[in-house]
Amino acid sequence: MSGISRRKLITTGVAAAAGVSGLAVAAKLAARYGLVPPDSGVLYGAGETLTYAAQRTLTRHSMAREFSRSEISKEPFANEVAPLGVEFQRLQQGSFADWRLVVDGMVARPSSFSLAEIKSLPRSSQITFVACEEGWSYIAEWIGTPLSHILDRAGALPQVRYVVYRSIQPDWWESIDMSDALHPQTLVTYGMNGGELPVGFGGPLRLRVPRQLGYKSVKYVTRLTAADNLKQFGKGLGSASPEGGYAWYAGI
Amino acid sequence: MGAISPTADSVARRTSASAPGAAVCAQRHSALVRVTHWLIALSFLALLVTGVEILLSHPRFYWGETGNVNMRPLFKLPVPSSRDMVPTGYKYVLPDENGWSRYLHFEAAWVAVLTAFAYLLFGVFRGHFRRNLFPAAADLAPKRLASTIVNHLRFRRPAEEEAWSYNVVQRLTYLLVVFVLFPLIIWTGLALSPTVEGAFPAAVEILGGRQSARTLHFFATILLVLFVLIHIFMVSRAGFRKRVGAMITGRVPKSEEKA
Repeated sequence: MSGISRRKLITTGVAAAAGVSGLAVAAKLAARYGLVPPDSGVLYGAGETLTYAAQRTLTRHSMAREFSRSEISKEPFANEVAPLGVEFQRLQQGSFADWRLVVDGMVARPSSFSLAEIKSLPRSSQITFVACEEGWSYIAEWIGTPLSHILDRAGALPQVRYVVYRSIQPDWWESIDMSDALHPQTLVTYGMNGGELPVGFGGPLRLRVPRQLGYKSVKYVTRLTAADNLKQFGKGLGSASPEGGYAWYAGI
Repeated sequence: MGAISPTADSVARRTSASAPGAAVCAQRHSALVRVTHWLIALSFLALLVTGVEILLSHPRFYWGETGNVNMRPLFKLPVPSSRDMVPTGYKYVLPDENGWSRYLHFEAAWVAVLTAFAYLLFGVFRGHFRRNLFPAAADLAPKRLASTIVNHLRFRRPAEEEAWSYNVVQRLTYLLVVFVLFPLIIWTGLALSPTVEGAFPAAVEILGGRQSARTLHFFATILLVLFVLIHIFMVSRAGFRKRVGAMITGRVPKSEEKA
């Protein structure tokens, strides 16, 4: 102890106390401003929380890059999904005329949209890339309606903080915060590269979240649920991804 | 703040600090350099292991904006993949370890970047870069430089006084790592984040596109791994225990006898 002076000890003590209380205040503030992801408590949740908090602070309103028509990939690629069930095949045989998108949860008017109804909503398109967490990517034109329109139609309540969305594939569900849900590039898509959205790429209905990696763009979407917290869904980690070991937020 | 007072190369301080009979003499590495060195070492190891894991899910590289298995790669690594959609020539598929690898990769990246930031502030404001890393003009003269490089290439065991300072080759290498490779690997990594590249599109476009950024991220990794291997080799040439000890305790044993 001879090498450590009293002054140094006091300085260190004060600095440590300031650091700890600073961290506590930061954690409180982060939670209040929605900067803590639902999977912040998992093993490596600290890094994930830093990433999410930093991006929501600095890039909340950023737009995903858009490309020109000539940059659309001539050879797009889609990962195979688990075999689509009997229900999907039945709907496919009817050209998806009976496909429904249910909107429920914290909305004034719980609703159910047919594909035709969604196609009659204000149309939006974008040329953005799908980047898979594996490392590959492609650029395509995506045609649909902004998710915010559908939330408006159903009358999402002001206290809604997340939108949970589900695929017809039972184990595939995700959620996004309002920064992404109300983002103008977040689309409920039914078209790709000028035509129908092929089944391999998520047709008839895929939620596109271009500011995040591909796995957040769930294919075959059947249900949207507005919620003020994510504790009540699954294991409470926000989506199926953290339950399978992957991060909830994929904006990195 | 006494612990990080810059004593490293001050000859006056060194001689005055070597109390008679002491087994060690003055500080070689300041506390901040030592702490940041090991934090960077640890996070680099985590980044490397998880980076390899992530890479195995698509061991192909492209140039430009996009790339996938339907496209011709710039090159591919002759390794099996953790995804069955990737044609590798191997008949088996490795287990998928991307989930925790990605979590840890980004957590370790935060540790590395925050540590690097502290090191950078220290380097600028406490004179570490100026004193310990920027080479003296005389050492950059072609003749001096050539002889230092030749000595390095002959793996000549360094003289005792070299334990107190970095020679010109070391200085240039560390500068390259600190100011070129490290920023490049952070930049190319951030360029892979869909949100970040939306916010700063130029950061990706300068690199030639998102897949180019991924490829450059890989090359920067290769160079950093090469650096680490040579670094460890040189340290072991100079006396592994003594040099590693100096980076832990900050002190160099007084004599060059076996530590």
